[in-house]
Parts: sequence; C-alpha cells; structure tokens
Amino acid sequence: MAHARHLLAIEGMHPPEITQLLDLAEAYALLNRSGKTQRDALRGKTLINLFFEDSTRTRTSFELAGKRLGADVINMSVSASSVNKGETLLDTATTLNAMNCDLLVVRHDQSGAPALLAQKVDACVINAGDGTHEHPTQALLDALTIRRHKGSLEQLTIAICGDIAHSRVARSNILLLATLGARVRLIGPPTLIPAGIEALGVQVFHSMEQGLPGTDIVMMLRLQKERMSRGLVPSAREYFRRYGLDHARLARANPGALVMHPGPMNRGVEIDSAVADDPAISLIREQVEMGVAVRMAVLDTLARTHTRNV
Amino acid sequence: MSDLFIHNARLLDPAAGLDAPGALLVLDGRIADAGDITAPEGIPTLDGAGAVLCPGLVDLRARLGEPGFEYRETIASAALAAAAGGITTLCALPDSAPAIDDPALVHLLRARGEQTRALSLHPYGALTRACRGDDMAELFLLHEAGAVAFTDGGRATANANLLRRALAYAKSFGARIVQFPQEPSLAAGGCATEGELATRLGLPSIPAAAESIQVARDIALAQLTGGALHFSCVSTAASLDLIRAAKRAGIDVTADTAPPYFDLNETAIGDYRSFAKLSPPLRAECDRQAVVAALADGTIDAIVSDHTPLDADDKRLPFAQAGAGGTGLATLLGVTLAQFHGGHLTLRQAISLLTDQPARLMKLPGGTLARGSAADLLLFHPDRIWQVQAGKLAGKSQNTPFDGRALEGTVLATFKAGRRVFG
Repeated sequence: MAHARHLLAIEGMHPPEITQLLDLAEAYALLNRSGKTQRDALRGKTLINLFFEDSTRTRTSFELAGKRLGADVINMSVSASSVNKGETLLDTATTLNAMNCDLLVVRHDQSGAPALLAQKVDACVINAGDGTHEHPTQALLDALTIRRHKGSLEQLTIAICGDIAHSRVARSNILLLATLGARVRLIGPPTLIPAGIEALGVQVFHSMEQGLPGTDIVMMLRLQKERMSRGLVPSAREYFRRYGLDHARLARANPGALVMHPGPMNRGVEIDSAVADDPAISLIREQVEMGVAVRMAVLDTLARTHTRNV
Repeated sequence: MSDLFIHNARLLDPAAGLDAPGALLVLDGRIADAGDITAPEGIPTLDGAGAVLCPGLVDLRARLGEPGFEYRETIASAALAAAAGGITTLCALPDSAPAIDDPALVHLLRARGEQTRALSLHPYGALTRACRGDDMAELFLLHEAGAVAFTDGGRATANANLLRRALAYAKSFGARIVQFPQEPSLAAGGCATEGELATRLGLPSIPAAAESIQVARDIALAQLTGGALHFSCVSTAASLDLIRAAKRAGIDVTADTAPPYFDLNETAIGDYRSFAKLSPPLRAECDRQAVVAALADGTIDAIVSDHTPLDADDKRLPFAQAGAGGTGLATLLGVTLAQFHGGHLTLRQAISLLTDQPARLMKLPGGTLARGSAADLLLFHPDRIWQVQAGKLAGKSQNTPFDGRALEGTVLATFKAGRRVFG
C-alpha cells in the first residue's frame, strides 16, 4: 500500500506493506493512550465519510482518526431508500470531485462499489466495508490486536466462527492473517460457508468441538437475524446450541486462547455475555481502540502518497 | 429486384456439402445458380477476391429492445448490427415490454422486420402470458400468426406441470418449446457462478448445478410428453452430458450456446467488470472446454448471439445491480471463427452451426445456397483481423463482453434477397 492510492481490499497486499501499516498503527496506539497525538498530519485535508449503509462504530472510528490527525471531517449518510440503485454512486463521485475531497471513506452494501467509485474520484478511497466482499481496516485492526498480545501472527492458529458466507470481515481476515503466516480455520454451518473458500488456504470445520482444539484466537462473527428468516439457520437458539461461544466450549481451545468479535454482538446468539465481558480473555474492547489507531495509520499513509503524486 | 453475379469466391454451403471455388448468380433476389458458372450479360458483378461466400447467418436468440426498451436498441438499429455481423435471419425473444403474448404483436414484429429490408425477423411467442411463468399463452394463435417457437426468454419455467402441458400441447401442431435452463430458486439473486472467484469477490452466486438440474427435469418432461424441447445458452459440462445422453436415447431435445460460453470463462468478471455480467453467468474453464467439445461433437445444434443490448446506465453500477447480458450480433461470426482458427471446429462446422443447423431446427427458410432460395448471403474473409471496440460497433448499445478482443474473420458484405445491406 505504500505506493497504492486507495485501500480497497486486503487481496493483493504484500507482507511488508501490511507490516509497515501495523507498525505505524502501533505507534499511533501508544500516542493515543498518552494523549500526545500530533494533530497536524492531515491538516488542510478533507476527509469525507460516505456511508450508504448504517454503521455508527466504523464511521465514528474513521471520524475520530481523521480528527486526531487534524483533517476536516464531514459525514455523508446516504440512506438506502434514497439511492435509486447505483446511479447516484457516480453522480456522487462527480460531486465529491467538485468538493476537492482528499480522502474518501466508503461503506456500501454492494460488493465492488468502492472500487467503482475509485475509478471515478480524484480522492484516495478507503473501503470501509463493501457488501460481502472486504472490510480491510477491520482485518488490519484485528491483526494489530492479535500482534500486541501474541507478539507475532506466525504459527498462530486462528478460528473464524459463524456466518462466513455473508462476512466481509471474514474475507479480509482470511487473506490478511494467512499473508502474515497464521493458520486460519473456519467454523460454521455448511449453509454459511461459501463455496470454494478452501482455495484461500483455510481449513473448514462444521462443529466447534472439532474446530476449536489447538486454536490460539477465536474470532466470532455476528449472525444477522435475516439469516434465520431466509432458512440458512433454523433458529437463533439452535445456532447458539451448535455454534455459540461460551466458557465450556472455549475450554477446548488452547490454554490462554483469546476471543475477538468485530461487533456489534448478538449476545446469546453467537457469543455468551460471560465470555464477551471477561477481560481476561476478551479482546473486543481493545479491537475498538486499535480500530482508531489503524485508521489513523491508513489515512496518514494514503494522504502522504496522494500528496506526493499530485 | 436484385440481380447480382459474385465470382472468384469460395462457396461454402454446409447443408449441401459444398466447399469449392466458384461463382453465384442472383436473379430477382433469389439464388439462380452456383458453381463453376460464367456471368450472363448485363448483370452487375462482384469480385469475391477469394473470400468465403456462405448463406447469411441465422441467429436463434436476440433481444431487440423493441418494444419497450427503444433506448437500448430498436429493430432498425438491430438490423444494422445484424447486417454488420452477417446475420440475415433472426429470432427475437418475446420478453419485451409488452411481452409477445398476443398474435397481433407477432404480426407487428414481423412487419417491422420486413420494413428494415435487411432482416427476416421471426418472433418467438411467449410461453406464458407476459412471460410471467403462470398461465399458458395462446400458443396456437401465436403459432398461426408466425411465432417461430415458444419461450419465456430469460425466465426458466419453474412449474413442471405447466411445462409438461405446454410440451404436450405444442406438440399437437409441431411447435418447439425453448427453455432457458436455470432452476429459479437456486438462481435467485445470484450474479456469478458459485465458486472460488465469486467467494473472493463477495458476489451472490448461482451453483452451476442450477442449470443441469433444470435440464435434467425438462428432459424427463420431454420424454414424458414426446414434445420438442430446445435448451438455450447451455453452458455447463453436466448439462451437455445430459443433453448428449438424451439425444442418444432418441428424445427430441436440441441445444444452443452463445459465444461467451465457449470464448470466455468466469475470470472475465474479475475487478467487477459488469460488461462480462451475463445470464447465465460465465462459467469455470472446465465448463468452457466442455462447451467447445459439445460444439464439435454435435451435442450443440446452433450458436446464437444471445444479443442483449443494455445502455451505459444499465451497466455502470455495482456488479450485482448491473444489468446482465451482452451485445452479440456484430461479434457472432468472429468469435465463432476463433474455434476454427483454434483447431476445434472445421470452417464448415463453424458455419453450419450458424446457418443450416439453426434454420433446420426452427424450420426457417435460409441457411442455404440452394437454387431458388432467397439470396441471403454473407461474404467474409476468414483470416482478416479486426479488433472489437465498445463504442464503435454497429447497433445502439455497446455492452460487448468482448471489448478489446482481436478477432480473425471479417464480414466483407451481407446481402438480403440479393440486396447489399452491409459492406
């Protein structure tokens, strides 16, 4: 990414680019904790958060990251109902170009929408989640969180559990964790495991009992209620019975195994509150913290590259 | 009427087994003679310069945009594109707006086709009212009005009982049912073939088996009823195996495919290229190879353009929201000839799949150089190279999945009833 103009996907990124970003994010994390963040890296730059899909957490995280670096941050929420399919997507690009936006953070419910925008806008585009494709900053913050606790990702066994099929977080994480040398397992019901995913170098399990032994990190994914209505899972309680993470199930993983969740959680559906709120094993709060640091690193890096190119 | 003498040509008439240098005489718009003949006095002559002279192409599957989507294509603009592609006979899908489910609409389309003077336009009749898949259309009245066969276009018939009745009923007056084989419940919402690539791109996908499941069921219905069934845009190895076996068993099934399915594979949609979003979606490489094999061994009876004009606003959208389909009239010959140049088909096979075989399948005039038939002719250079460029093709819409592709095989001239309509 050191030379790329946009951050659209983890796919295609090389280990040195990722490590560079994580190192910078780590530095920002320490600065954030000390309250000594320099506030001028993005001074005079305009950052627009363009969200076609609601997401308070991700938007806030980018907003905070931009403000901590001194950017002028503007939030644009485009409700799905006002979007006449994607036509306004390219209209929006024209508008943004006229506004001389420097950094554009895009969340969209359609896979590939940020890539389409990136072809048309002058700004650096950061994919903040597109459809069921990728959510690269989430994977970066997850990797940073893991690295802070385990030192390195190499040789770690990481299980990603739940609705892989509809998860952009899972796709970005599979690609990123494998690139950094981790062994990735997927655990979920066959109806929520996408076809051909083994080609990404993962091992697939359909039961937590078989998949958890030997894992160092257990990453849980949100199960959306509409999966039940669409017949992919019979019911929430059946799902929790088979795939929900509680302390008893977690005991099958390696001693010292840590738990992650990209949020927002469905307590009692994919994760038991006793696990989610256990500070000894849950990294969920730290993931949010690292989210801001990682986004600062991404914005900073892209803005420098972009300035050089202009 | 048109008189013409074309000499110094390579006459290729697959139906007659003719492939020899010679000349062809057109009198009053009809083929009067062909072979080692000399020009009569006072007839305009054309030097074929050694190029191939064959029957005008017969395309069994195209959407015209008219009625209902004239901003995409009209019959007039489609006729220009067809002429540029060497096509002189074309069957139009009925899933327009309104759908061709009324005899008056069949009459109208045929008349509009005649007005172009470049194209014999044979409309399909809707299989069900409004192509909605619910109630059988007035098949016999449509047949009487000139509907070439019956189909719901891009919609597969989900209801097995409905298809059973339609097959049995259409059989009573010798008409064929054309099925777009894609099991609707498996295909719902999908826009790419299920597999690694669709998973990487995060696109809603359709298993390849959605096609073969529909093919298997419908073959059983054809067997049950004795009706005549044609599968369109067949694109998977499993479907082709089923069709091959059904033909061997004497069941009256036939099949076509379109150039994207033997020339491209799913990797063409990488980077969310919406011009490569087609229906059915592009398949894995092993399926593409199976389509090539089925062209060569006769399992596939015809190559169709599956021309689906869409404008920029239909395509410049996130992939899953973009319209499915590509234009195909101008590129039908060139992409098909790639199989000849690649050594997978003989020239005679390639041209037969575009002329006499589709004509015979739908009992259409054309696809022949026989004396007395209309002088619908194509003169083309099999080796001359051109490059497909979206934006510069004949026709209104430019959504070709072959943008940038270099093709060997150039149309030099197209004749409709002896009248030059292209070149």
